[in-house]
Amino acid sequence: MDKARLVSELAAIVPAPIVTAPEELLVYECDGNTLDKAQPDVVVFPTTSEQVAAIVRLANQYQVPFVARGAGTGLSGGALALHGGIIIEMCRMNKIWEVDYVNQRAVVGPGLVNLHLSLAVADAGYFYAPDPSSQGSCTIGGNVAENSGGPHTLKYGVTTNHVLGLEVVLPNGDLVHFGGATLDTPGYDLTGLFVGSEGTFGIATKVTVQLLRKPEAVKTILAAFATVADASNAVSGIIGAGLIPGALEMMDHLTIQAVEAFTGAGLPLDAGAVLLIELDGIAEGMEEDAARVVAICQQHGCRQVRVAKDEAERALLWKGRKQAFGAMGRLSPNYYTHDGVIPRTRLPEALERIQAIGKKYGLRIANVFHAGDGNLHPLVLYDERNPEEVTRVMQAGEEILRTCVELGGALTGEHGIGMEKRDCMPWLFTEDDLEIMHRVRQVFNPHQLCNPGKVSTPARQVPLWRGDP
Amino acid sequence: MATATALPMFDERERPPREKITACVHCGLCLDKCPTYRLLGTEMDSPRGRIYLIKAVSEGRLAMTPSFVEHMYLCLECRACETACPSGVEFGSLMELARAQIERHVPRPWWQRLLRWLVFDELFPYPWRMEQLCHLLRGYQRLGVQTLVRRLRLLALLPARLRRMEAMLPPVPKRPFTRSVPPWLPARPPRQHRVALFSGCVMNLFFPDVHEATVRVLQANGCEVWVAPQQVCCGALHVHAGEREQAKRLARRNILVFERQEVDAIINNAAGCGAHLKTYGELLADDPDFAERAHHFSAKVQDIAEFLARTPLRGPLAPLRQRVAYDDPCHLLHAQRIGEQPRRLLRQIPELELVPVTDADFCCGAAGIYNLTHPEVSQRLLEQKIAHLVAAKPDVVATGNVGCILQLQAGMQQAGLAIPVVHPVTLLARAYEAAGTG
Repeated sequence: MDKARLVSELAAIVPAPIVTAPEELLVYECDGNTLDKAQPDVVVFPTTSEQVAAIVRLANQYQVPFVARGAGTGLSGGALALHGGIIIEMCRMNKIWEVDYVNQRAVVGPGLVNLHLSLAVADAGYFYAPDPSSQGSCTIGGNVAENSGGPHTLKYGVTTNHVLGLEVVLPNGDLVHFGGATLDTPGYDLTGLFVGSEGTFGIATKVTVQLLRKPEAVKTILAAFATVADASNAVSGIIGAGLIPGALEMMDHLTIQAVEAFTGAGLPLDAGAVLLIELDGIAEGMEEDAARVVAICQQHGCRQVRVAKDEAERALLWKGRKQAFGAMGRLSPNYYTHDGVIPRTRLPEALERIQAIGKKYGLRIANVFHAGDGNLHPLVLYDERNPEEVTRVMQAGEEILRTCVELGGALTGEHGIGMEKRDCMPWLFTEDDLEIMHRVRQVFNPHQLCNPGKVSTPARQVPLWRGDP
Repeated sequence: MATATALPMFDERERPPREKITACVHCGLCLDKCPTYRLLGTEMDSPRGRIYLIKAVSEGRLAMTPSFVEHMYLCLECRACETACPSGVEFGSLMELARAQIERHVPRPWWQRLLRWLVFDELFPYPWRMEQLCHLLRGYQRLGVQTLVRRLRLLALLPARLRRMEAMLPPVPKRPFTRSVPPWLPARPPRQHRVALFSGCVMNLFFPDVHEATVRVLQANGCEVWVAPQQVCCGALHVHAGEREQAKRLARRNILVFERQEVDAIINNAAGCGAHLKTYGELLADDPDFAERAHHFSAKVQDIAEFLARTPLRGPLAPLRQRVAYDDPCHLLHAQRIGEQPRRLLRQIPELELVPVTDADFCCGAAGIYNLTHPEVSQRLLEQKIAHLVAAKPDVVATGNVGCILQLQAGMQQAGLAIPVVHPVTLLARAYEAAGTG
């Protein structure tokens, strides 16, 4: 590849800067997951869909791999330039193009920070439901790629349930539109196919999302338990009673220590686990539901219940939960987050086995997760300066994921497969399953230039296209 | 990197400590709170990216290349990332140490060295020289020279930075605050506290009225105020520019000055100074003679708002019927975590309406001397800030830091707006004066 020529042609397409200096490319070698690293050759910052399309066409012309990147908060290496090439940084395409309250939808640029959308429509009484814990930084485009969830997934669903339509630059540089302005559009559900494709089917350049009316009433309850098992049983009890909280989150003992050091919200430091339970909906019946939740918690040995008395207290409790990953820096120089999913009824068993795995490998594991939908986030603490420890971290991680699959679960709930869990896909899918996935990808991304090396290793390796003979 | 050996690396003197670097787990929750990242979208200009670069130099993967230096100095040091950081990363301290390494090892062009030497070593440490410079500036303003220069458009001959400085220069008062008052000012009875006022350098020369307001409000609240003679610049500008040794000299001098009297608190009214005064303990931690004394000094330092808001204000306060937009100085909110106190104080003035401001926690672009070193980024941040302030439709804007006041005043002037920008304590003093108790 003639890099100088590529860069000069890129300069004709996109406004400055074009990042090519080695010491600047360095910071693009990883995203939120620091275990996997790969440097791009160049980073560009397009501001329009047409620029993105032109960059992609140029990449095709030069046979250079490319990958879209948002805020780089992903946890599966999805935005890594695994084979070098171009990182197309989307953060400058962060405009809110249109807000239509009557039809409850908005058209936004992929670089828009998730939380900025909810803030922009808050005064009108609306919100954007998918709320990843990194929502203060992560972008809508990244959420679309990873089909991100969040604490409120339990009731509201994941990103795909809130995306109505997309403008996409396909891996060959064509600009196309999927879906439309309504939940169902005629023809194939290409929007559904695209959301969660982890940047391997193209690059979203505009996203039409659904806005929801803010719930009339919210009640946030913090319940403390002596053990994770008690808290898990309470989770099953709440869901079993037919209650569907907006969110139902658990933090274990170790997580509580880190989070409390950050927020000072008054979490009980001696508790084995806390549940953060949020009920939302119409005001009528809210008190009764809250009383039922509290009663169920108490039946399962809850030692202390705290109901947020105002919005400030609610925000403080959520701040701790949402920023729990980042707070791990208080306990350890590095952490490795997993994202395994298990049937919620098997929570106590799963957590017990994870603790046993930690013990076996001599590692501390903190747990903070979406208990309501069985989406675990074991955080394995380590120090990257100790290569032997890193090996143990990888082994323990693999064992945790195998446990999730064995218990009838899955590899990922919301962080994506990326490159991180790529090689684990065969645990979950047969060769034929994977072959179908691969064939679908071939339709969109035949030359494997668009975010290569992610999601799955093709069953049959397709050689890179070298140009027409 | 092949060039790494030829270019300067960190030395062992006050090396950015490993544990402060690894406290960052690369989660990225700081990104959207960082003014330069929001503006530019470049990872190198985000807190996470900067720490990644510092880490790379620290590990020997990278040298202090010109690009490294550029990204370190593009940081405003507003420390909004510290408020956002769940992991408690001490970003400001890391940045100061990294800049000190740069200044020791990366040569600057001769004119920058000369300018830095003049400003940091020969001007700011000497109150008398500062005062003489002010007399010159006052002459420039009062003898019609400024008017003449402006009318003849002679300013166009100046470099952009100097033009900017000229435009921001407030009317220079006749004499510094410390020359216009006795060292001890009595409390309005009953006396409750004995406090010292940190008068600083720029505040003392350009804003004697804010010092006066501060003393007035302190007196009204039962404080006997000691305006310690011979105190010097706090040294905040120096540490931010990597000049740690000069900063240490200034810190030692101030400690000696304030040790002469036993006081309950050392009060300051400039957020940038206050934030730095509170870190003397850390700055002099390796100095056997001063470590403990510095710690003792820092423990007594309080911002005026922090000090006053501990208890309800003494009345009576006359009503001020004004819409006030309070804008958080970064070094008050992020470096000292003081956000609620100034608002609580203002709310105690009857009929004063505190109006909310979007992104009040965001930097205005002043950032010490950043508006002079990086005028373009500074200007873009200022324009955003003025737009948010104007949208709040205030009668007056209040903010508790000298740099921010000057920057916002310049912004209002550029926008052709007559909205005054004052220190919150000025509004409190007005309410006391109007009630006949100030």
